[in-house]
Amino acid sequence: MERLRQTPSQTVGPFFAYSLTAQQYGYPYDSIVHHALLGPATPGEHIYITGRVLDGQGAPVPDAVVELWQANAQGQYRTAPINPRDDDGSEFTGFGRVGTGTQAGAVFRFETIKPGAIGPGQAPHINVTLFMRGSLHGLRTRLYFEDEAAANGQDELLNAVPSERRATLLARCVAGGGLPGYHLDIHLQGAEETVFFDV
Amino acid sequence: MDLVNFDVQPPHLYPPYKSTILRSPTRPLLPVRELIKDLSVPVFGESVLQQFDNDLTKNARVNGEPIGERIKVAGRVLDEAGRPQPNVLLEIWQANAAGRYVHRSEVHDAPLDPNFLGGGRVLTDREGRYSFYTIKPGAYPWGNHHNAWRPNHIHFSVLGHQLAHRLVTQMYFPGDPLFEFDPIYQSVPAHARELLVAKFRMDWTDPEFALAYEFNIVLGGRHQILFE
Repeated sequence: MERLRQTPSQTVGPFFAYSLTAQQYGYPYDSIVHHALLGPATPGEHIYITGRVLDGQGAPVPDAVVELWQANAQGQYRTAPINPRDDDGSEFTGFGRVGTGTQAGAVFRFETIKPGAIGPGQAPHINVTLFMRGSLHGLRTRLYFEDEAAANGQDELLNAVPSERRATLLARCVAGGGLPGYHLDIHLQGAEETVFFDV
Repeated sequence: MDLVNFDVQPPHLYPPYKSTILRSPTRPLLPVRELIKDLSVPVFGESVLQQFDNDLTKNARVNGEPIGERIKVAGRVLDEAGRPQPNVLLEIWQANAAGRYVHRSEVHDAPLDPNFLGGGRVLTDREGRYSFYTIKPGAYPWGNHHNAWRPNHIHFSVLGHQLAHRLVTQMYFPGDPLFEFDPIYQSVPAHARELLVAKFRMDWTDPEFALAYEFNIVLGGRHQILFE
């Protein structure tokens, strides 16, 4: 059977903000998703997630866009369409997007809930996609939680990662910020290079 | 087995595009498709769109028409088997007709257009079709190397229905003399570059109003065909 050829990937460039993350950056356009994946009434443990994207010299990347996609507290992915202008903000979208250009130190920060495990052999995790200037492809990885050691030990995907590199996917617990917090630095290169996935 | 689908993609590290040198992974990506192949991705409903999101010539007007050549861009979003992909969200952004982005980090001194933002979005219909109006973007210089200029292009961010379908790409215009000098365009294997170039469609023009270009988007993961 004849297959169509895929459209090649290209870089997001440095100037995505006024379209993809307009409200975060203060441009006169709306945004379809934000740093908050939840509303005040969303069931589950409310947490925040911070992190940085670090280049081959360890410098924080200030022009990356980070997307999270995750299950809710019951381990279910949202299947209903996201209708930002109809939702009252209380529903869990499971999808968030921020740029790294508005916080000191090029930190990204999300507010969400701790996801439930989506099934046996699956530890709680969040899918992470990165785009940035200098990246000809989107980079895909996962965020796991360091305080889920037992579940992490059973996770099928984590177990497919060479053991010496698993720590690159573990967000560490941090104090402060009013909510339970987790921090994950994503290293594009170097000794701590994050494991990225080929999908 | 035909691996042409893999070959259309640029490498992560492409030194002529200097920013890739410190920002590309150095280790092989971990093959995980078998573990996550069923993972859906967010789907957006109609309310994601405002009235003029699919018309960049109207959605940022302050006191008049934006300056430049008005065009229509239309096409279909398909998977590798040619199946139309409905309800795919396309987010688009671009420079104005003078080659200037509405972005605070932009340093090129071409004029801003008070009536043009350059950002918009559109959902594909049940047949995977989309269309939007905009202004043909201009070329602009950038700092990659001496006298570096980007060919005219429109950025596309595509939210398909699987994680492997998440794509960011750029649409170029036919016959651009800057192609051979642009490392971002050149990062794609030579035989696949045509896939990034829209087709001029005289038969799709709006008479007395706008010229038209066709740009079809085919979604699939890097190794998707290996697992069919």
